[in-house]
Amino acid sequence: MSARRVVVTGLGATTPLGGDVATTWSELLAGTSGVRLLTEEWAQTIPVRFAARVAVEPSEQMERVEMRRLDRSEQFAIIASREAWKDAGSPEMDKERLGVVIASGIGGVTTMLDQYDILREKGARLVSPHTVPMLMPNGPAANVGLELQAKAGVHTPVSACASGAEAIGYALEMIRNDRADVVVSGGVEAAIHVMPMSGFAAMKALSTRNDDPARASRPYDLNRDGFVLGEGGGVLVLEEYEHARARGARIYCELVGQGLTSDGYHIAAPDPDGAGVQRAIKFALRDAGLSTKDIVHLNAHATSTPAGDVAEASALRAALGIDADHVAVSATKSMTGHLLGGAGAIESVFIVKSLQDRLAPPTINIDELDLAVTIDVVRDKPRALPAGDIAALNDSFGFGGHNVVLVFKSI
Amino acid sequence: MALAHADVLSGLKEIVEEVAGIPAASIELDKNFTEDLEVDSLSMVEVVVAAEERFGVKIPDEAVTDLVTVGDAVNFIVNAAK
Repeated sequence: MSARRVVVTGLGATTPLGGDVATTWSELLAGTSGVRLLTEEWAQTIPVRFAARVAVEPSEQMERVEMRRLDRSEQFAIIASREAWKDAGSPEMDKERLGVVIASGIGGVTTMLDQYDILREKGARLVSPHTVPMLMPNGPAANVGLELQAKAGVHTPVSACASGAEAIGYALEMIRNDRADVVVSGGVEAAIHVMPMSGFAAMKALSTRNDDPARASRPYDLNRDGFVLGEGGGVLVLEEYEHARARGARIYCELVGQGLTSDGYHIAAPDPDGAGVQRAIKFALRDAGLSTKDIVHLNAHATSTPAGDVAEASALRAALGIDADHVAVSATKSMTGHLLGGAGAIESVFIVKSLQDRLAPPTINIDELDLAVTIDVVRDKPRALPAGDIAALNDSFGFGGHNVVLVFKSI
Repeated sequence: MALAHADVLSGLKEIVEEVAGIPAASIELDKNFTEDLEVDSLSMVEVVVAAEERFGVKIPDEAVTDLVTVGDAVNFIVNAAK
């Protein structure tokens, strides 16, 4: 079998910066923060009183009846997938060759907790019959699969904050292995709720900059103090190259490789040596048939935690060596917050747009760069990327020691 | 407590509209829950529980399978409340 190449033919997103890709991308280039104070009563009872909610509520994008049987994470998946599918030209195709791989880090956690409240207050009889399909982590993928009638396989890899990237990698393999010609792939998260936020706060993982939420997510800044929880999701339509050409699809770029490793170090802390990250980059480049010289841009995981940002930056410098000097690194979580299982997906959307527009988005909120960060961070304003053939990396890491690196290349 | 047929029908219309998004005006006695109103098995559970709450009646699981049309449900509820 000749090697089957995989290209990106559609994009969709709903994020703290916009209800679609175009709005999100323009706000991202403008350096806008999507982080806001939470107005809910419960937010006043926990140490962290802000988050990055989606800019456009699902109620403005879908029917009420449809919404009530979908968890918020499933709503995000449907909204982003509809945009991506339309953007891909709504391909007419054999549905047995259509797959869906959409991940979530936590699944329908708000449904689970809301229904538990109903159980405690009103009894088992009033627990919704939609509870289980709404809380299951494969629910976002399953609902998108149902809507598109995808029959090549519907999957949900779960690896905490690496889930979205892992889903895209899984989709890449589905097409390479000839299981599918088109796969709708990505990640979503909807976990802005008092319980998960209390849990993250108890780990001291969240920023507590309550007096200045828009400046709380500050990757690489010396005074960063944790991540900011975000919500939303991103979806990419991946397609086999000849399939896309045959139907005259608009092709954004090529997804040329992935690298996956695990740290075997700690359940939540990054391995300070970053060996797992370095190996993932090496494997991804080898899979892509590229070298560090080809890489001009990287959308970093960079969540704004004191330990994580430096461990990642050091690993990037070690893996890319002297070639790191020509890699424009963007930490877009400074604007979107951290979408957990949605992060690797929206950041892949951003990379596709970066390759298309030849612009690396800015990193905001760096007042004083941490001197331990020895990579070339794009600060405050977008930076032009070179003309010609270029490639970019997206790295994502998850609690549990999961490392995922994706390689995209201009076409 | 006896319930008026018309009151049960209008209450049931509101419930089905809430659950399935079918406009109350288009819900009639002869409409089939599954085929006409797109109330699937999970949503039917919601309709039944909401109807029990609203009308103060008990609709046993074994009775639910016989509630094929809106009229069946109205008759069951009116009889159960007698």
